[in-house]
Parts: sequence; structure tokens; C-alpha cells
Amino acid sequence: MLARLLRWESVLLVLCVAVFAAGSFSDGFGETSNISFLLLDYSEVALLAFALLPIVLTGEIDLSVASTLGFCSALTGKLWDGGMSFETIVPIVLVAGIVLGSVNATLIIRFGLPSLAVTIGTLGLYRGLAYVLLGDGAVTGFPENYRPLATDSIGGDSFLPYATILVLVVGALVAVLVHMTTIGRSLYAIGLGAQTARFSGIRVNRIKFSLYLLSGALAAIASLVYTLRYNSARADNANGMELVAVAAVLLGGVSIFGGRGTVLGVAMALLAMAGLRNVLFLDDVSNEIQNVITGLLLILSVLVPVVFKPRRTKDVPLEPSVVDTERRPGADAGGRLRRDHQGV
Amino acid sequence: MTRASARESAFAGRELGIVVAFVAVVAAATITRPTFLSGQGIHDLLLNASIIALLAIGQALLVITRNIDLSVGSVMGLSAYLSGQLFLVDKDLPIVVVVLAGIALGAVCGAVNGALVAIAKVPALVVTLGTLYVFRGIDYAWASGTDTTQINAYQMPSGFLSLGSGSVLGVPNLSLIALVVLAIAAYGLHNFRAGRELYAIGSNPDAARLAGIPTGRRVFGAFVISGALVGLGGVMHAAYFGTINASVGNGRELAVVAAVVVGGVAIFGGSGTVVGAALGALLLTTITSALPILGVPAFWQRAVDGAALLVAISLDRAFMVRLAQRLRAERAVRRAG
Repeated sequence: MLARLLRWESVLLVLCVAVFAAGSFSDGFGETSNISFLLLDYSEVALLAFALLPIVLTGEIDLSVASTLGFCSALTGKLWDGGMSFETIVPIVLVAGIVLGSVNATLIIRFGLPSLAVTIGTLGLYRGLAYVLLGDGAVTGFPENYRPLATDSIGGDSFLPYATILVLVVGALVAVLVHMTTIGRSLYAIGLGAQTARFSGIRVNRIKFSLYLLSGALAAIASLVYTLRYNSARADNANGMELVAVAAVLLGGVSIFGGRGTVLGVAMALLAMAGLRNVLFLDDVSNEIQNVITGLLLILSVLVPVVFKPRRTKDVPLEPSVVDTERRPGADAGGRLRRDHQGV
Repeated sequence: MTRASARESAFAGRELGIVVAFVAVVAAATITRPTFLSGQGIHDLLLNASIIALLAIGQALLVITRNIDLSVGSVMGLSAYLSGQLFLVDKDLPIVVVVLAGIALGAVCGAVNGALVAIAKVPALVVTLGTLYVFRGIDYAWASGTDTTQINAYQMPSGFLSLGSGSVLGVPNLSLIALVVLAIAAYGLHNFRAGRELYAIGSNPDAARLAGIPTGRRVFGAFVISGALVGLGGVMHAAYFGTINASVGNGRELAVVAAVVVGGVAIFGGSGTVVGAALGALLLTTITSALPILGVPAFWQRAVDGAALLVAISLDRAFMVRLAQRLRAERAVRRAG
């Protein structure tokens, strides 16, 4: 298991080196301003990916992260437009993000609904509510004393933006949570078998519930960075960013079925993807083609491990004890429901 | 009440629920604006529902097998753009050729998804989230590569446009096409061996495989058929709206999945009907048409689609729990007696 993980992370290391080596052929790649831009450009994606990682580890999914970001950004704009001070807006937006996360959590954990279906629904709902708040309009002119926090680098011209420090701190906290605490270890146990975890005394529901609250809070933080960085609050902010975040998590070696993955892997995947985006940007590759490449990366990151692994389940053994129930992300509640259905 | 009849009443309950909701929405809109239910009003309602219904029928086939296709909006856009481009190349092209080309392109996209899901065993959610962006990107690249970002009605033959706007005996052509597809899909799913096997795969994939069902081939087939229907939907979109750019169908996957789930197809597979999915599409598009009449801004549409999906799965869950409790109680009574 450890050897497998290390192997995947060495693949990522090679990928990072390759991307940055390729970058050195592009004009201006190595310049300090470009490196800081490269890092800054992925700060929101990184925050969303760190929010997704623990959830995916438990075998669930949250596709609504980018819509939560969009809603919080629209809310920021609406309140700012209404004349509220930015210091008051920040806590309100954080609470809003946590509330949206708790709506997901309530539907998934209290009502026992599949996370996939719920978060596709709230993906639409939260984005829709963002449009309800702001319509097609945009709010700009955010306070100049806070904007540098999302745009500038330490000391003015170093390669390290303040926002990246925020990302690093969040990443470190998530790493501590996932790899160094009892709760973190139980995430893996839940991902490998929620029922076994429950019988082992892990408070599965409580842990899952808190992960969605964390996800909402991180999406709200990401929305503040996004809004200040672009100095613009729009209902379609970060539209489709869930793809990039999910791609980063899966490319980072996290299993979509849960129970496998590391923060280091996700961090390296983020670095590789940020580097790749920057190289493509410098080479004048359009945004749409960049999306194609992100989409392909997402598929490849799931396809490659499947193809290059001897598949145990190729011929399903006939002993029922060996037959594993087909696992599918976010289908845990489905299993529960089917049991109810069959327990007739 | 026996087990079978309890299940039947469950499904009748779902379709009844949609009809009740539909009547309520139509009644509210008609009271506010009486022309909502005029001949033209009904015509428009059917027309609006047709394309989404077609996509929902295909999606229902996949959801029944415990899969999902999030790339439908992008495939629809690609096929709509293809039909426009074909007419740009040759305006005298027979309409049937363009329709078939659109269907074929959709089927190819479906085959790509299906191959990744069925052969490479990658979860459908991940594959189609990826291809959503890949297909959309190809659409944009194509549109910007040919320097025709928008294709307009005057560049398309009138025969093609009248296919989209015309009607037979008051029923819009597009609705007739959707109804024919619905009838075939409903019959096939209910009576053909392959159709029944889709339910078996969705109920329990391992059991289905052990029972000798070629699960991979069936899932692949469902993706191809669904893709072909989405392709047809794209051509219909082009014929109906007459304006095509690279963003056709953007974000439609939400409405399609919502229609399927509202229509009573369980998101974990194994149950539901295409008729339900089509009714779900009719209900959602009717709500969308009724919103502005009831004084709700059009910006609410996306929120309503998402909320409808959430309400539908919550009701399903509540209903299933109640049903299970009732049947368990009945069994206890039978045992005691």
C-alpha cells in the first residue's frame, strides 16, 4: 500500500519536473512575476481541492464547491453594494458558506441521500441563488486596503503571494487533520467501509457532517480571495471550477471510491496543473483548449491506475463471499436504501 | 396489500404526483394569465419540453443502469453546431443527411463515454465530467477555427427550419419525434430482453454479471443510444432556434438529470421508467415557462431545477422508508398469523 502510494507520488514528481522543464522553453516562465502569477492563479482551486480531499477520502463527493464559491462571491458583492463595511461582510460570508455546507450535510447525512445526486442539485441551486442575488450584473470597487492581500506578493516583488501562504497554511492544516489525527485515520476507515467503521466505534455521520461544513467554509474563504483578486463579484464567478478541483484531487492519487490518497499527492497535482496552465497560457493556448486538457487529465488520472494494474475483478469469482458489491462514489446511501427495499 | 401491488402503487404514486404538480402549476399560471392554456400555449409547452424530454429519455436509460452522463449538454451543442456547419458547406444538403449526421456524432460521443465506463471501468461520473469539458472545448475550438462563431437562420434551408417550427394537426413536429422515441424506448425497455437487463444491471451489477448478462456490452449500448438521442436533440435544437453558437446546451445537464430524477428514476439505478423521465421534463419546462407569468424573474430557473432535484430525491427517500416500514409491519402480522 505504502509502496503504491509512493509510486503514484513519484509519477507526480516526474510530471511536475516535466511541466516546469517544458516551461523553461517558454519566454518569461522563470520570471518572479510569472511564478507568483502561476501560484496565485490556482489559489482558489487549491482551497476547493483541499476541501474536497477529506470528503472524497470517505467515499463521498461534493460537486457544489464552485457554486458555493459563486454564491458567496455574489453575496459579498450584494452586501458591499449595499454599503456594508468589508470587515462585517467577511464573517457573514463565512457563515453563509458554512450554512450552504450544512444544507448539503443535512440532505446527505440526516436524510441519507446520495452525495452525488444532492451536490448536483445544490450545484444548480447555489449557482441559481447567486444569479437571484446579482442577476447579470457585476459589483466592483472592493476596498484597496484589502485587495493587495489577494493580488500582491510578500515584500512587493517576491515570488510568493499572500494568497499562496493562505493556501499553504490551509493545506498544512488539512494535512495535519488527515494524516496526524484520529479523525484523519478514521476518514480512511470510512472510505474503505463505512459500516465496518461504524461498528468500530467511529462516529461516521458526525465526521462526514463536519467535513461538509469545512467544505462550505473553505469555499467561502476561496470566494473572498476570488472576489478581491479579480475585484469583481459576479454570479458566474468560478463557474465550472469544480471540474478543476475534482481533477486535482483525483490526479493527486485519491481514489474516487474513498480510502486512499494523501495531501502531498494533491498538493503536487495542484502544482503540476498550475504549471501546465501557465505554460499553456504563455504559449497562447485558449481557455477552451485548457479546459479540454483539464478534462483529459481528469479522465487519465482515473484511467491510468486502472489500466496499469492487474485487475482482480476481471473474472468475478463465483463464491459469494468474495464478490464485492460494486462501489460507486456517493452510492453509500443507495446501499442503505436498497437494503431497506430488500429487507421487506 | 401484497408486495407487488405495494410497489405498483409506489410508481403510480410517482406519476400521479407529477400530474398533480403539473396541474397545480398550469392552474396557477392560467389564473394569472388565461392565454397560458390556449391552443398556442399548449403548443408552446409541448415544444419547450420536447428537446429536454428526448435528452431525459436517453439519460434515464443510463441512470437505470446506475450510471450517469453529465456531458449531454456538450454533446448536444456539438451536434447542433455540426448541423449548422453542414448547411454552411452545402445548403442543398438533404435534411435527412444532416439529421443522421447529428445522430451519428452523438452516438460517437456516447461510444467514447461508454467505452471508458464499460471497458476501462472508470466511474461514469468522472468520465462524463471530464468529457463535458472535452466535448465543449472541441465545440469552441471548431467554432473559432472556422471563424463562424454564430450560424443564423438565413444560412439554413427553410425546409430544415420548418421541421423545427412546424406542426401536424396542432402537435409540433418536435413533440411528435419525441413521442415516437418515447414510445419505442418505453416498449423496448419494458419488453425486450436487453431492456429488462438494464434494470438487472442497475439493481445489482455483480448479480447481473453472475447471471450471465453481458453488463459491459449493455452499458456501452445504453451510452451509445443515449448519445444518439442527444445528437438528435442537438439537431432539433438547431432546427427550432435557428441560431447556433458554441455555447448551445451549456449547463443543460442539470435540467436533464433533474427531469430524470423528478420523473422517478432512482439515482442508484434499477427502477424508473422513460415515461416518468419525459413527464419530469414536461413538468420542469412548464415550471420554467410559468415562472415569469407568476412574477418570478427568469434568474430563478437554475435554482428551481436544482431545488426540484433535491425535493424529488428527498420525497423518494421519505416514501421508500415509509414503504419499507409498512411492508415490514405487514410481514410481522403475517408471521404472527
